[in-house]
Amino acid sequence: MSDIVLETRGLTKHYGGVHALEDADFTLRAGEHIAVVGDNGAGKSTFVRQITGVEQRTAGKVWFGGDEVTFSGPIAAREAGIETVFQNLALADDLDVPSNLFLGRELIKFNLGPFSILDRKAMRERTQEALTKTAVKIPNLSNTIRNMSGGQRQCVAIARSASFASRLIIMDEPTAALGVQETAQVENIIRGLKERGVPLILVSHNLRQVFDLVDRIVVFRRGRIVASLAKHETDGNDIVSYITGVKGAEAGAYA
Amino acid sequence: MADVGSVAGVAPKTVHRRQWPGEVNVLIGLVVIALVFEVLGWIQPAWRSDIAAQSFLFNKLRLSIIIGQVAITGIIAVGVTQVIITGGIDLSSGSVVGAAAMIGMSFAQASTYSRAVYPHLTDMPIIVPAAVAILCGAVAGFVNGGLVAYTKIPSFIATLGMMVTARGVANWYTKGQPISFPTDGYTVFGSGLHPVMIFVGLAVLFHLALRFTLYGNRTYAIGSNEEAARVSGINVERHLLLVYTIAGALAGVAALVLTSKNLTAQAGMGVMYELDAIAMAVIGGVSLSGGRGSIIGTVLGALIFGVITSGFTFLGIDAYYQQIIKGAIIVIAVIADVARQKRAARRA
Ligand SMILES: Nc1ncnc2c1ncn2[C@@H]1O[C@H](COP(=O)(O)OP(=O)(O)O)[C@@H](O)[C@H]1O
Ligand SMILES: [Mg+2]
Repeated sequence: MSDIVLETRGLTKHYGGVHALEDADFTLRAGEHIAVVGDNGAGKSTFVRQITGVEQRTAGKVWFGGDEVTFSGPIAAREAGIETVFQNLALADDLDVPSNLFLGRELIKFNLGPFSILDRKAMRERTQEALTKTAVKIPNLSNTIRNMSGGQRQCVAIARSASFASRLIIMDEPTAALGVQETAQVENIIRGLKERGVPLILVSHNLRQVFDLVDRIVVFRRGRIVASLAKHETDGNDIVSYITGVKGAEAGAYA
Repeated sequence: MADVGSVAGVAPKTVHRRQWPGEVNVLIGLVVIALVFEVLGWIQPAWRSDIAAQSFLFNKLRLSIIIGQVAITGIIAVGVTQVIITGGIDLSSGSVVGAAAMIGMSFAQASTYSRAVYPHLTDMPIIVPAAVAILCGAVAGFVNGGLVAYTKIPSFIATLGMMVTARGVANWYTKGQPISFPTDGYTVFGSGLHPVMIFVGLAVLFHLALRFTLYGNRTYAIGSNEEAARVSGINVERHLLLVYTIAGALAGVAALVLTSKNLTAQAGMGVMYELDAIAMAVIGGVSLSGGRGSIIGTVLGALIFGVITSGFTFLGIDAYYQQIIKGAIIVIAVIADVARQKRAARRA
């Protein structure tokens, strides 16, 4: 009876000669919120892409919910219960909010294969519920999201993950492009997830946010995990020195 | 959930109006252009002494000619619209009309005349040439879709290749000889208001498909953000294959109507139809960068196209000028689309 939700051993990704991710050992336990931090190009997004099946890893193993898994694609990962908010928003600008929330898993009123009739009313209602649950305010659900603010769009993307996620949510820099208020709103959604016991991997550059929200901080540097520290046993300066390589530069400092 | 409740007041401050559908602008454009011709019609004796003042709009014959003229290219435009919404383009429709016209018609000839192809065939029920023409179009569309979806060739290039190939097939089929004398029944598709009814019927059908079905949502999603569609679990390749096949099949329908109306098939049929169809879509507000537009817009665009063509003839403008002005209108419509795009990007 292990409470490990996600575990990677020796996870490695090379893009030709670029060693974007090298030998990553990572463990996430039930209900845990973990931050992944590191400089630009440290391999954070690459790490996310390997565990969500967007790309196929070069080497290493991944266990999810106790089973060893190799996801053939993002859909397989999602079906297993991993929801991801990707760094480049995976939203369709010209669709309205419900169509975006249900993109790829639309509700059907009448099955006619590819010409199945959409149940727009049900999608609208469920969207309203999901947004209420995450306290996201969108004035008009039937507008396309093209003209919405960055914050509203991000909230739609997050509400989409949060309302479907059963077992794990991964967010890659969800507040990178947001203003103060919008960031606060996203952070509140994350707190709501914590209360609901949904585990989270949060990729972020914002150390204030990281210390506010998560239980543990994992530092990436040049494709390697150089530290994994419980929040109470570290502080901002400590994390910065891992990020910049002042600490943990010697190979295998963290095991 | 106390924390979550506390942000309820932190709503982003952007103001949201209900969006004004782009089709309204196109409709206004249609009305304005028609009124301009109406006014010019009344004052044109001022510079053309050979003609009496007359109404442009209140002329049943003219209106039915306008609609009849755009019906066949309109059928193609319904398909092209869907391709453009996915972010692609179909340059092959005109040539596909030529090929489907020739091959379809060879099954429609009455046996009382000597056959161009298949000398031993007897009279076929009209369903045969109809099915053959549509199938020819669908096959061409399927090949287009396959190239675009699976080899990742830009749709511009893939369908340009089909444009040349399909025209080649049309010429090769009878070594350039026209095919005439269909069975009496075959004339049904092109007679009277039937082309218009077929156009309107198909427009309504695909309007509903785009608006209310999975097919529509996916078509817009792919044109809007192909990557997002893919990571959301949409089978982008299979969907593109379907959309291009439908566009091809509609070119086949256009060939059917055209040959039925003209009682003959010629290898040169449909030349430049693809550009007219694309122009109808673009004038109707379908964005060449994908994701935006509708069949209603395209139908209105087709009417604008028809009104302008007919209006030029009405004013006695030389056919050469007509072409030049038409070209300018298409460019203006694209410029307007690009400008809209930029404005939207700045707001985001
Ligand atoms: N598809 C790719 N092809 C080649 N190199 C890549 C690719 N994706 C990422 N990289 C490289 O891998 C490294 C890690 O990138 P990334 O994971 O995006 O970093 P982070 O998200 O931590 O900023 C960078 O050097 C980047 O240039
Ligand atoms: Mg990144």
